[in-house]
Amino acid sequence: MGPHGTTTEVSVAYSPMSRRHFLTLAAGAGAGMTLAACGSSGPGQSGGGGGEASYWFLTAAPGEQIRTNAVNRFNKANSDTQIKHTAFENDAYKTKIRTAIGAGQAPTIIWGWGGGGLKSWVEAGAVDDLTDWFGQNAAVKDRLFPSSFGAATVNGKIYAMPCETVEPIVLFYDKRAFEKIKAEPPQSWGDIMDLVPKFNAKGIAPFSLAGQSRWTNMMWLEFLFDRIGGPEVFQAVFDGQKDAWSHPASLDALTKVQELVRANGFIKGFSSVVADANADQALLTTGRAAMMVHGTWTYGSMEQEGGDFVSGGNLGYMNFPPVDGGKGDPSDTVGNPAQYLSISSKATPEQKETAKKFFSTAVLSDEEQSEWLNTGGVPIVKGAETKIAGAKDPEFLKFIYDTASNAKVFAQSWDQALSPTAAATLLDNIAKLFQLSISPQQYIDNMNQAIGK
Amino acid sequence: MTGLAPPAAQVRAAPKPAGGRGGSLWWMALPALAIFAVFGIVPLVGVLVLSFTRWDGIGAIHPAGFESWRAVLTDPGLPHALWVTFLVMALSWAFQTPMSLLIGVFLAGRQRYRELLAVIYFIPLLLSSAALAITYKALLDPNFGLGAGFGIPFLAQDWLGRGNLALGVVVFVVSWQFIPFHALIYQGGVRQIPITLYEAAQIDGAGRLRQFFSITLPQLKYTVITSSTLMVVGSLTFFDLIFVLTEGGPGDATRVLALDMYKRGFQAYLMGPASAIAVILVLVGLALALLLRRLGGRDQSTSQMEGM
Repeated sequence: MGPHGTTTEVSVAYSPMSRRHFLTLAAGAGAGMTLAACGSSGPGQSGGGGGEASYWFLTAAPGEQIRTNAVNRFNKANSDTQIKHTAFENDAYKTKIRTAIGAGQAPTIIWGWGGGGLKSWVEAGAVDDLTDWFGQNAAVKDRLFPSSFGAATVNGKIYAMPCETVEPIVLFYDKRAFEKIKAEPPQSWGDIMDLVPKFNAKGIAPFSLAGQSRWTNMMWLEFLFDRIGGPEVFQAVFDGQKDAWSHPASLDALTKVQELVRANGFIKGFSSVVADANADQALLTTGRAAMMVHGTWTYGSMEQEGGDFVSGGNLGYMNFPPVDGGKGDPSDTVGNPAQYLSISSKATPEQKETAKKFFSTAVLSDEEQSEWLNTGGVPIVKGAETKIAGAKDPEFLKFIYDTASNAKVFAQSWDQALSPTAAATLLDNIAKLFQLSISPQQYIDNMNQAIGK
Repeated sequence: MTGLAPPAAQVRAAPKPAGGRGGSLWWMALPALAIFAVFGIVPLVGVLVLSFTRWDGIGAIHPAGFESWRAVLTDPGLPHALWVTFLVMALSWAFQTPMSLLIGVFLAGRQRYRELLAVIYFIPLLLSSAALAITYKALLDPNFGLGAGFGIPFLAQDWLGRGNLALGVVVFVVSWQFIPFHALIYQGGVRQIPITLYEAAQIDGAGRLRQFFSITLPQLKYTVITSSTLMVVGSLTFFDLIFVLTEGGPGDATRVLALDMYKRGFQAYLMGPASAIAVILVLVGLALALLLRRLGGRDQSTSQMEGM
C-alpha cells in the first residue's frame, strides 16, 4: 500500500484524544459509570435482541461523537443485531476495562491501544484470535494501513481490529513567537538549545509541557533516543535484552533532556501541569510558550478552544528535528498507528457475530472517515489521502499523512509497547529524571532492573 | 456516681445471667458482626492471601510465597512512602490540632454571630475531596492560577511542582478540609465543661488565658485524644485528595503509602506487592490506634468529673 508499505511499524500508542477535557468530561464519565453499573450488559445476559453486543469506548470530543454515530448507524441498519455502547473517561476506562475483564464481565467489543496492554489480555485468554477471520475476510484487512496491524499482533497472531486514525507525535510551534525573536523553527537539537535563551529573554517559555502526566515527558525521550541512537536502542529494551538501557545513546539522550530542563527549556512549573485539562495546549495557544511536542490529536482541541490561534494561521508544525551526529533517521516518528477493537472471548457466539459484522460493515465507513477527516484526523484506510483535499484543514491532514507514511520507522509509544508493569516503572523514573531528582545513570540503573518485567 | 450503685447492680445481675434485659441480647450484635465479617474480615484475609501470590489482575493467580514481601521490603520506595505518610500525618496533626482547638473554643460561645460563623466554617467539610483538589490545583497553577491572575509573585510559585512545596500544599489542603470537623468535636467538648468550673475560677481571680490552660484544656483531654486518633488514623488513608492534586508527584515527593499501594496495584498491576502494602497499612493503622488508646485510655476509669 503505497508509502505505508515501507514502514517498519513496531506497534503503538497510548490514549489519544482521550486524555483531554478531564474537567468537562468528569460529569459525563460519572454518568457513564452509573449507566454501566445499572444496566450491566455482561456477556452472560442474553435477553433483549437475542445476544445484544456491548461496546465500551472513550469519551472526549470529537472521538466520542464519531464512535457513537458509528454505533447508531449500525443499529439502524441491523435491527436484529444491536450494539449497546457506553463511554468512559480515559483513566477511568483503563482501570474499569481491566477489572471487567478480570471479573469475566468484559463488553463484547473492547476498545484499546494495542501493544503491551493487548498482550496482557491475550495472555489472560480474554480476547479472541482474529487471524482466521481476517484470513477469510481479506477485504476488511486489505483496506487498512498495513502498519496499523503491528500493535494488533501478539506472537504472530492478530487479536484486534485496527480502527480510527493515525496519530504521530510532532513539534507544534507558534509562528508569532518566532517572529518576536526573529528566528526560524529549529532544524536540529543545537538550534533548540540556541533558541531556549532567546525565548526566555523575551519572557516566552521555549516549550510547553504537561509534566505531571509523565507520558508527555516520555515523548521527548522517544524522539531523542531515536534521533541519537536509532530505533534499535528502544527495540532492545522492548525485546528484553539485559542492560539494554546502558546503550551509550541512552546516556546521551537522558543527559540532553536534563540539560534542556536546567536551561529552563520547559515552562515554569511544568511538573504540575496536566495534559488532561489541555493546560499544555493552552500555554501554546495563549502565547506563553513557543513550542510543544505533542500528538496530532491536540490539533482539534487547539482549534476549538484556542480562539483564533489555529484559524488565524499562527500554528506551525513539523517533525521532530534531528540531533547533530545522531544515527537515527530524521523521518522516523512515534505515536499511534491506530486504535484497536478486540472481541471478548467470554462473549456469546451471537454477540461475537454481531461484533464481526460491526467490524466488517461499520468500522471506518465512508461517513465515519469523513467525520474523522473533518476533525483533523487521518483515518487508517488506504486512499484516505485522496479525500484530504475535500476535508477541512487539508494542509494539516496532508502533513499528518506525509509524516506517518514517509516515516522509515513509526514506533509505538513506549508506555503502550511495554507491559503495564514495566510502563509504570518507566513513567515513575521519567518523572524523576525531569524533576532532576535522579541522574541519567540512576535512571539507567533503575530501568535495567525493570527489563523483562 | 455513688459508692453503692455498682455492687447493687452486680448483685442483681448475678442470679440470672441469661435472662432479663442484659444477657439474652447477644444476637442483636449478629447483623453488625455479619456485615463486619463480610466487608471487613473477608477482604482482609483475601488481601493477606493475595500478598503471597503473583497476580496481574486478569490472569490466573499463582502462589509465590514471600516473593511480594521480599520485593516490597527491599524496595527503597517503601521507606520513602512510609516517611512521606508520617510527614503528612505529623504535620497535619500539628497544624490541625491547635487550629481546630482554637476555632472550637471560639465557636462554643453562644453568641449569635458565632453560630453564623460556625455554619460558614463548616462548609469545607461538605465538599468532596476530589472537587477540592481540582479547585486548589487550578488556583495554584503557576501559569493560569491566582498568582498569575493577580500578578502576585509570591503566589505564582511552582506550588505543586517542587517536592517540599507540594507536601506543604497537601498538608494545607487536608487541614483546610478537616479543621471544621475537628473544630466541631472541640466545640461539643467545650460545651460539656460544667460552667461551675469557670465560675469558681473567676471567683479565684483566674484570667481568660489561665482559665483556658487550667480548665478548658485539661477538661478536653479525651476530646483531644479522640480527635487525634481520627486525624492520625485518617491520614493513613488519604488518597483521593493527593491522587487528584499531585498524583504522588512531583517525582515521588507526595507518594504516601495508600497511593503507593494503588499505583502498584492498579497502574503496574502488581497485586501481590500492592496487597503486601495494604497489610502493612492495616498493621500501622492498628498499632497507631492502640498506641493512642494507651496514651489516653489507661486510666479511663477515673472520671474528669471527680468531686463534682
